[in-house]
Amino acid sequence: MVELYLNVVVNGLLIGAVYALIAVGLTIIFGVMRVVNFAHGEMVVVGMYIGYVLWRYFGLPPAASVPIAMVVMFGAGYLFQRLIGNDFVDQPQHVQFVLYIGLALVITGLNAIIFGPDPRGIDSAASFATYRIGPVRIDASRLHAAVAALALIAVLWSWLRLSLTGKAMQAAAENIIGGQVIGLRLSHIFALTSGIGMACAGTAGALIAPLYDATPYLASEFTLTAFIVVIVGGLASLPGALLGGLLIGVSEALAAVLISPSAKSLLSYALLVVVLLVRPAGLLAPNKSSR
Amino acid sequence: MNSLEIRGLTRRFAGLVAVNDVSFDVAKGSITALIGPNGAGKTTCFNMIAGAMRPDGGEVWFEGRMIVGLPPERLCRLGMARTFQIMRPLTGMSVVENVMVGGFVHTSSVAQARASAMQILDRVGLADRAEQPASMLALPDRKMLELAKALATRPRLLMLDEVMAALRPADSDRIVGVLQELRRGGMTILLIEHVMRVVMAHADEVVVLHHGEKIAVGSPADVAADPVVIESYLGRRGRVA
Amino acid sequence: MKAALERRQWIAAVMFFAALLLLPIRLGDFYLTVLSLVFLSAYVGIAWNLMMGFAGQLSLGHALYFGVGAYVLAILPDRYGVSPWLAMVPAAVLPALLGLGIGALGFRFSVRGVYFALLTIAFSEFARILFEHWDYVGRTGGVFLRALTPDNRPLTSLRGGARFSYYALLLTMAAGWLLSALLIRSRIGYCWRAIREDEDASRALGVNALRMKLLAVAISAALTGIAGGWFALANGSLFPDSVLGTQISINLIIAPIVGGLGTLFGPILGAFIIVPINEWSRDLAQSSGINGLNLLIYGLLLMTVIKLSPGGCWPWLARHLRLAAGGWKIGAAGE
Repeated sequence: MVELYLNVVVNGLLIGAVYALIAVGLTIIFGVMRVVNFAHGEMVVVGMYIGYVLWRYFGLPPAASVPIAMVVMFGAGYLFQRLIGNDFVDQPQHVQFVLYIGLALVITGLNAIIFGPDPRGIDSAASFATYRIGPVRIDASRLHAAVAALALIAVLWSWLRLSLTGKAMQAAAENIIGGQVIGLRLSHIFALTSGIGMACAGTAGALIAPLYDATPYLASEFTLTAFIVVIVGGLASLPGALLGGLLIGVSEALAAVLISPSAKSLLSYALLVVVLLVRPAGLLAPNKSSR
Repeated sequence: MNSLEIRGLTRRFAGLVAVNDVSFDVAKGSITALIGPNGAGKTTCFNMIAGAMRPDGGEVWFEGRMIVGLPPERLCRLGMARTFQIMRPLTGMSVVENVMVGGFVHTSSVAQARASAMQILDRVGLADRAEQPASMLALPDRKMLELAKALATRPRLLMLDEVMAALRPADSDRIVGVLQELRRGGMTILLIEHVMRVVMAHADEVVVLHHGEKIAVGSPADVAADPVVIESYLGRRGRVA
Repeated sequence: MKAALERRQWIAAVMFFAALLLLPIRLGDFYLTVLSLVFLSAYVGIAWNLMMGFAGQLSLGHALYFGVGAYVLAILPDRYGVSPWLAMVPAAVLPALLGLGIGALGFRFSVRGVYFALLTIAFSEFARILFEHWDYVGRTGGVFLRALTPDNRPLTSLRGGARFSYYALLLTMAAGWLLSALLIRSRIGYCWRAIREDEDASRALGVNALRMKLLAVAISAALTGIAGGWFALANGSLFPDSVLGTQISINLIIAPIVGGLGTLFGPILGAFIIVPINEWSRDLAQSSGINGLNLLIYGLLLMTVIKLSPGGCWPWLARHLRLAAGGWKIGAAGE
């Protein structure tokens, strides 16, 4: 019994690390641009398809396809923001909402047209390898994905804190008008933000491509999960996204076992409601005044 | 009975004491001015009296009734109205519609609210712009609109937050004219002000804040002559223009 | 001048509804069905517009009310013999109570803006998952209404052919529109708009913002519940993911946003644009065998419209029809 729960919790933590990476992308976008990116899940799915395509048609292992996905998604995010997104930054919430819903539909539609609705999975030998640590059995791919996700989050976090551009982004997140006053090039920063955010999502997708089959309609679930993680963990807080990701990963895994797999989000939504009511800034939110 | 009695009002912000044990009275039918340098705590005081912020200590009595803890809408219905320093016209609505909102405190009828609103707009000289979108008004008219909105609630105490700021003398005189008329009709007025010309010429009583504390109170002449005030606020060579 | 404009607007409205009343004389069942869908979509849009366009409270979980209303009309008449007319009452009241609950929770805890929207999403998703696991409502298998017998009387069962649905939904939409027009000109409408513009300023003017916001949620939820009820009756079947969940919520609100928030005709125009294009592209996807084509078209449409006219299409159209400025173009938030 204990062995079962131990396995469940560990696996929950591992997938939680990937959720955290997805959420980090979302929280950066939300934190800096105050944009509710309803197309975030779609970016994850695109990353999955990139991983799939590179494996299927070019024989590349996930280790190689992940960096490629990262670069491609960064570029896509940057371009999107520069060409389209930046015009919407001053618009009210519901207008941005329609833009991103439209974007999500376009991407899902394209995915469906190009790949069809059937699941596309990576069936390499590596997909089936497992590690055994004591009573716990872990998929190799799952572990690799989690480790890579954590590493990326760590790198991103230090970059934000230590680099000049990173600090500029944080400054923009705290105070848009102040940032403009001191000369931050907002259009560039926003584009960077969008690029990084989408890169996080896409990379996470490429990381889990060996674990889950890609279908175009998987996206909305990822979007919602990402939002839950971001809110629970705390907006504009990378440690918060990490904590939130792990928390949601575990709670979903437990709910799947205790209630039923299709009800795994039940616990997460309950948690979301509680956090929104009691501590809307999130569990790990930095203590600063609202914008 | 005084319109307002403030006792020991205190407010802290994360270790900084913004308002420290401030007490003063506002006599009925008077024009009282709350002055002090930037950061003296005037706006914080104002917000606490108006119910927009909770004091950490102290009491506020409005017409003999303790009002700390009551929400702004309740205070409005009790006869206290306020304007905002950063003006908040309801931009999607026309000038007259802006003023009508306050009127609904006293009537449910849209027609009646509109009639009263037009009357007020007449008094303040905005009647010819009644149907214009509020967003199209120039600064002096926006200030007048803020005043009109507050008047629509038929207050007995009118609290104005830096209403004269950034106005040319001609425009601030217009507002002062309205205030004088209101005072003649029995209205009590509490102003936060920076524009000394207006304060000295028209206030009955002046309360001076500095670093969150009350340092002087009295008639404009008394306060202007007070050495503590001169040193801290009006400047060493302090002479009021 | 203002009075002349208003008179023009009323005349235009009457002419519009009169035209719709006469259409069935010329149109076949297929078009009547599409139009029925337009009316239902417009009605839901009007309901959501009350809360968002007028009172400024963003709800992304309206599917909750829609779904509950739908299930009430799917279950009460068939399983308990309750008259569908009567069943419309709980279909409105239950969602209203839910809305009040969510609103009270949210507003008391000062959950505003995007956070409130997420709160509504949470509740609607929660409901969807709950319904998927609840035997009483048939779990994922959903509920199927009894097949219509030859002796079916539409006015009793509130179910009938394309013609019946057309008129029923047209009248429902017209009633919703009238209610919304009356509300916006009332004291409540003024208070809502004041809250939408600046809640704190409105409270300083004596508006009881909490009560007004709750009122907006309750009315919006009740109307949406009735819409859900009609959906069940007209469709004959429903499943958790056809009436609940975020996807549905999103579908409900696209039309009013595209048509024009905060205006009276926006939701109607939006429905007239969105629904036919959606249906057409779905048919296209099916007939050409290209799965997902409809999503692509729909997505591109949304992005284009919102880019060209973020305030919605109605303000633009109204200007051209000389029906704009003052009166009913109330000043959409975001224009």
